[in-house]
Amino acid sequence: MATRDEIVDQIAGFALFADLTTPQLDRIAHMFEEEVFPEGSRVLRQGLSGSAFYIILDGEAEVVIDGQQRATLARGDFFGEVSILLGEAPGADILASRPLRTLVLAGPQVHQVLLDNPPLMYRMLQAQARRLRNANRWRS
Amino acid sequence: MAELSPPPDDAAGPSRDRPFPPGPYPVVVVGSGPGGIQLSYSLRQLGIDHALLSADPSPGGMFRRWPFFQRLLSWTKPYAPVERGGRAYERYDWNSLLADEPEHRAIMPTFMDGSSYFPSRPEMEQNIATFAERTGTIARYECRWTGTRREEGPDGESFVLETTDGEYRAPILVFAVGVAQPYSPPTPGIELTAHYADTRPAETYADRRVFIMGKQNSGFELATGLLPWARRIYVASPSPAKLSVNTRSLVGVRARYVQPFEDHVLGGGVSVLDASIGGIVREADGSFVVTARPSDGGDDLTIEVDEVISATGFVTPLLDLPDLGVTTFGQARLPAQTPYWESASVPGIYFAGTIGQGSAGLKKHGLPANSGAVHGARYNARCLAAHIARTRLGLGTQTPALESADLIDVVLGELASAPELWHQRAYLARVISLDPSAGARDEGIVPLAAFVDGQGDDGQADALAMTLEADGTGAIYPVLYLRRDGKIDERAIDPDPLLRFDTPFVRDQVTTILAELDPIASGG
Repeated sequence: MATRDEIVDQIAGFALFADLTTPQLDRIAHMFEEEVFPEGSRVLRQGLSGSAFYIILDGEAEVVIDGQQRATLARGDFFGEVSILLGEAPGADILASRPLRTLVLAGPQVHQVLLDNPPLMYRMLQAQARRLRNANRWRS
Repeated sequence: MAELSPPPDDAAGPSRDRPFPPGPYPVVVVGSGPGGIQLSYSLRQLGIDHALLSADPSPGGMFRRWPFFQRLLSWTKPYAPVERGGRAYERYDWNSLLADEPEHRAIMPTFMDGSSYFPSRPEMEQNIATFAERTGTIARYECRWTGTRREEGPDGESFVLETTDGEYRAPILVFAVGVAQPYSPPTPGIELTAHYADTRPAETYADRRVFIMGKQNSGFELATGLLPWARRIYVASPSPAKLSVNTRSLVGVRARYVQPFEDHVLGGGVSVLDASIGGIVREADGSFVVTARPSDGGDDLTIEVDEVISATGFVTPLLDLPDLGVTTFGQARLPAQTPYWESASVPGIYFAGTIGQGSAGLKKHGLPANSGAVHGARYNARCLAAHIARTRLGLGTQTPALESADLIDVVLGELASAPELWHQRAYLARVISLDPSAGARDEGIVPLAAFVDGQGDDGQADALAMTLEADGTGAIYPVLYLRRDGKIDERAIDPDPLLRFDTPFVRDQVTTILAELDPIASGG
C-alpha cells in the first residue's frame, strides 16, 4: 500500500509524467485509483466495452490477442488508452503474468485529463509513435 | 448438508448472550454490521454451521455511531411503484437486509417517521438489530478479534483466530469488520487536527472558523452540518470535488451535501479549494495556520482558522492479516480479492460487508459497484454464502430447470425488476446455463467478472448472463453476455427513458440476441 505522496514519487520517474510539475502530479495522483491484480487474472478483456486506462506501478502483464501472446508490459508501461481514444472495446486481453499493481483512470475521465495536461498528452503521443514505428519495422 | 448453527443452550439465560464459545467451527465470521449479519443469516439458511463474533456490544456496525450528523446517504422509499416486501421492492429499499421469510423483509420502512426518505442513524441501527432479533441471527458480542495465525491440523491447514474470549479454529474465515478505522495522511502538523471520527457536537463550532481537509462525502457532510454554526468554512483537497449529479452515479459528493458548494459559488462564506495542504501550525493563541498550495499553481494560501478537521477517509482494520500474506491496496488498505471476495493471496480468508468493494469487478466506464453500501453488500453476502456452500463445503445449491419456451419471459422479468441487477450494475449477473444435456438451468446470481473469465460457480458450459449497466451518461440499459465455446460476446440493449425493460421492443431485441445461441435459448 502506497500513500499518495509515494505514488507521486513513483510516477514522477515515469516517462509519461516527466514534464509535469509537482502540484500537477499531486492532482493527477488523486484522480487515479490504485488497483491490484493477482497473477493470472485479466485486467482488460478483448471485446468487452467500458474499460479504463492503466499504468503499471509494479509487476508484469502480457498482451494477448485471440489467445496469442504479443508483448510484455512492465513498470512504467501503460495500456488501455487506444480503446478509450477510439471509443471501441479493447482489441486485446491484458493478463497479469505476475502480481500487478496499477494506477487506473476511468475511461470517461481520460479525455479531460489529457486536455488539462498537454505535456502528458504529448508524451502519450510520443509513446504511440514509437509503437507505430516498431509495428512498421516488424511488418517490413 | 452441514448441521444448522447450534442454537443457544437456554434462550432465556446468559448462554443466549454468549453463544459460540471458543473452539473449532467450519466457518468463523467476524463483524456484526449489516455485512456480518446478512452473511450469517445467509449461511444459516444454507445450513452452514458457523460462529459469528463481534467486538461490539450489539448489532449495527458503523451505524451504531455514524454518520456523524445522524442521517444516512442511502434511501428507503416507504411508498414505491411495487408492493412493499416483494423482491422487486428491494430496488427502492436500500437499507433492509434480505430474508427468505416474507415477514422478515422490508423492515427498514417500518421504522421511518416520514421526515426523510433517508433513514436516521438510530432508525438504521434499529433496522439491523430488529432483523437480527427476528431472524434469530445471534452473535457472540464483546468478543474482540486480537490476532490470526495458521495451524496445521489432522484435516490440513486451518486458521486460528485469537480473541479476547479464547481461540477459534476454522478453515474458512470471513471478515466483515468495515472500513472504519480513521486514516490521516502524513501532512506536517496533521497530529494537531481532529479526525472526522472525533468531531464534536455541532454547536461547539458556533462562531468558529473551520478548515476541513477532504472533499469527499464525509468532508461535505461536516461542512453541511456546520453551515448553521461555523463563522467560516474551508473545504480543501488537491482534486476538484466530483458531484454525483454530474458523474450520474454514486461516485462523488451526494446531492444532499451539495449546499456548501452552492454557498461557495455564491460567496456566502464557504470556500471550496483545489489545493494540497503544505502544513498545519498551531499559534500561541490556540488558533491554526494552514498552508494550502493551489493545484493550478499560484502562490500558497495562508489560512488562519480555529479548528482543523481531517475528513481524509478510513482504512480497513485488518490487524495482522497482512503479516499472514493478505495483500492490500489503495488508501483504504482494502484487501485484494477474487470475484468471490476471497483474499487474492491467502485462500480461505474471505471478506463481506463494505470491505467487499476491494473486489472491484469490471468497473465498466469507471463506475464502481455498490459493494461499499448495504444495498450492494447484502447481495454479495448472499452470493458468497452460496459460493462457500458450493465450493468449500460440498453442499449442493439448487439450479432449477427452465422451460425453453419460458426463457425470454424469465430474461425480461429479471431485467425489469431483479434488485441484484439494479443495485450491482455490471457487477452481479443472473446466469442461465445452456448445457445441451441438462437443458436451460437457472444458475442464480454470479459475479460478472467470474462469469466472463470462466471462473464462476456456474461452470464453463454455454450460458447466458444478464446485467443492467450504466455508462455515466445517465442511461441505464440491459446487457446480455453470451458464452459459446468459452468465448464471451457482449450485446447491449437500447436504454429506455422510463427504465422499462419488459416492453415489446426489448422483447424483440432479446429474442434476436438469444437466437444467436443454440435452440435451447431461442425457445426452439
